[in-house]
Amino acid sequence: MIDACDPCLRRALLIAHLAPRIAGLLGGGERRAPGLLALPEDDLIAAAAGRRLERALAFLDALDMAAERERLATGASSAVCAHADAYPPLLRDLADPPAVLFLAGRADVLYLLRDEPSVTVVGTRRASPYGTEVAYALGRGLGAAGVPVVSGLALGIDGTAHRGCLDGGGVPVAVVASGPDVVYPRRHRSLHERVCHEGGVLSELPPGTEPFRWSFPARNRIMAGLARMTLVVEAADPSGSLITAEFAKDLGRCVSAVPGRVTSTVARGTNNLLKDGATPISGTEDVLDELFGVGVRSVADPGAPPSGPDDRALRTVLAAAGARDSVEAIADAAGMTVAQTRAALGRLELDGHLVRRDLGGWEPVAR
Amino acid sequence: MRARGRASLSGELRPVRGALNAALGARRAGYRRLLVPAANAPEAALVDGIEVSAIPSLTRLADLLHGRWTPEPAEPAVPDPGETASEQPDLADVRGQADAKRALEIAAAGGHNLLMVGPPGAGKTMIARRLPGILPPPSFEEALEITQVHSAAGIGNGRLATARPFRAPHHTISAQGLVGGGARPMPGEITLAHRGVLFLDELPEFARAAVDALRQPLEEGRVEITRGQQALDFPANAIVVAACNRCPCARPPDRCACTALELARYQRRLSGPLVDRIDLVCQVETVPAVELVGRSGEDRESSAEVRTRIAEARKRQLARLAGTGVLCNGDMDGRLTRREVPLDKDLAARLLAVRSRLPLSGRGHDRVLRVARTIADLEGRDALAVSDLDEALSYRLDSWERVAA
Repeated sequence: MIDACDPCLRRALLIAHLAPRIAGLLGGGERRAPGLLALPEDDLIAAAAGRRLERALAFLDALDMAAERERLATGASSAVCAHADAYPPLLRDLADPPAVLFLAGRADVLYLLRDEPSVTVVGTRRASPYGTEVAYALGRGLGAAGVPVVSGLALGIDGTAHRGCLDGGGVPVAVVASGPDVVYPRRHRSLHERVCHEGGVLSELPPGTEPFRWSFPARNRIMAGLARMTLVVEAADPSGSLITAEFAKDLGRCVSAVPGRVTSTVARGTNNLLKDGATPISGTEDVLDELFGVGVRSVADPGAPPSGPDDRALRTVLAAAGARDSVEAIADAAGMTVAQTRAALGRLELDGHLVRRDLGGWEPVAR
Repeated sequence: MRARGRASLSGELRPVRGALNAALGARRAGYRRLLVPAANAPEAALVDGIEVSAIPSLTRLADLLHGRWTPEPAEPAVPDPGETASEQPDLADVRGQADAKRALEIAAAGGHNLLMVGPPGAGKTMIARRLPGILPPPSFEEALEITQVHSAAGIGNGRLATARPFRAPHHTISAQGLVGGGARPMPGEITLAHRGVLFLDELPEFARAAVDALRQPLEEGRVEITRGQQALDFPANAIVVAACNRCPCARPPDRCACTALELARYQRRLSGPLVDRIDLVCQVETVPAVELVGRSGEDRESSAEVRTRIAEARKRQLARLAGTGVLCNGDMDGRLTRREVPLDKDLAARLLAVRSRLPLSGRGHDRVLRVARTIADLEGRDALAVSDLDEALSYRLDSWERVAA
């Protein structure tokens, strides 16, 4: 359903029309478009259209709103403008709120974002296994606790947070830099589909629009604007994730980060955020405490049983596996033979207490 | 009567490649007597049911044909005393590595293919070299097969082989070098490793085409090489032991700098028909210096002790699999696995839980059952225990689909 007034829709279509011009205008160096998207229509045309002023004005004149509405309805399942009841109210805090939000996915996502506090989880595309694991665990924990997880559908941390949220039975919300129906990156085709099915993909750009370099930091402001908290899992410095964190800070929202290894380049951004006063996050519980107050909502683990294994030998192996890498070391610590230890490890994995790392090695399930 | 040989200018007869195969072929074709150069006679005489005559020169051949000389039947070659099992490197030399040793024992007991994961220099090659020595010594038929391959490749010494081969080709090898071929078809490494061990160190570094060419030998235990009108069959039934690092940077987990994407790429190189046939994956760890010097009270078993257990386990398998044409658990196909590894209600329920919780494919399911069967055979049990299944599960190799991109 297209719940948007003509002026707002016109503006969204104009931005899509000017998108290649804006890219040229910003050049390669400056990736953000400060203030540009906040300009009134005429100033925006004047600033962005340049020598193509005539063509931009002709485009606006030729717009057949009825036909456009019909076209948009096929690419997006719904659209809301800033004047609609379902428009996420938190977005109005932005200096340049998107005129229209296009949605591919479930229509109730917009009401959920309006009524429930949500968390934006972002991070690097080049995630380490540690970052991947933490992003997944946080996505899953928040999803299971009923908190919508907002992210950018990018490779690395973003995609993993979405997956975790899906596996936790939660509602994933993706904010993308293209039209909501355009899959980018291509490798996330099936993830895009699953997010649409269980949650929604949002964009200020109308269906069919390809992504531009400037539209990534532009969508970052929407991610920061939608959520009560922006949580950075792993980020280099400088990086897009830090741009998102900065938007969140400017809005007065909570900015939090997962501590990383000081020697890792993908932890430099997050560790610097922490030095600047961001809230350190070491698990889902920390996020819930920050959002709802300490102890108000607690972590619900959807998969693994909350208590440890009942067998004493299994508990010993589980404890040993957390601190050691090799089967032999685990066996030594548990005082068992390698064969017994192997059997215990297989059992613990099957019962959901351990996950196996990619090529051998086990670690306890993150909670 | 059939003859095979090569004359030199002086009229002496020089040895030829493949005398053993010639003898087997002649017997199959119904010949009762084979004439070969003297140097090939002991090898050819290993074949029963055909009389082998050693001919030293063309003059002697003429004498024989004119009835002026009757050679004594050639004596079969005595087993090569230089390479008996006792001279293989011993498992007792390996310090630590309890996990790898356990996996090696299971691999040997059931004829399972094995992947060892660990940092460079941890001793993967050293461990793999000890596999032939803990396998039971080849039976006479197996020894004949090994000798036959040596003979065809021209690397035999004319005696009956007594040790199982160990082949470790470098990762730059071509597909042809690995499975055989060429203008004059020669056996490849997988055939040279027949009834023994083929070790592929740094598996991800091998050319994709070379590793994929192992599909047929791994599935059928033989290689078929077609050259024009001619089709050749080489035996190729070996245990494959592969080795790789845990990740591209090969550093310990707590100092690893690989991104999830790099890991995923590395692991993608580890897929295909070979990895589909690997039943066990184990760890090889850098051994702390303390253990290299020797830990007091550590009881290190010798290859001979381990071999005894393995021989017992193999005997159980032979008895159970009699009449199926399969010698060990590792060679069972999916259908046979399901028939020979029956599950009681508890185990079936447990496996069902595995399938729903872990990313286990149908093939992965069969692999777990085969390994569990071998573990039970090592323990001398007729029925599978839950712990056999749990242990087998911990060696499986197919949980990579979960790796997030």
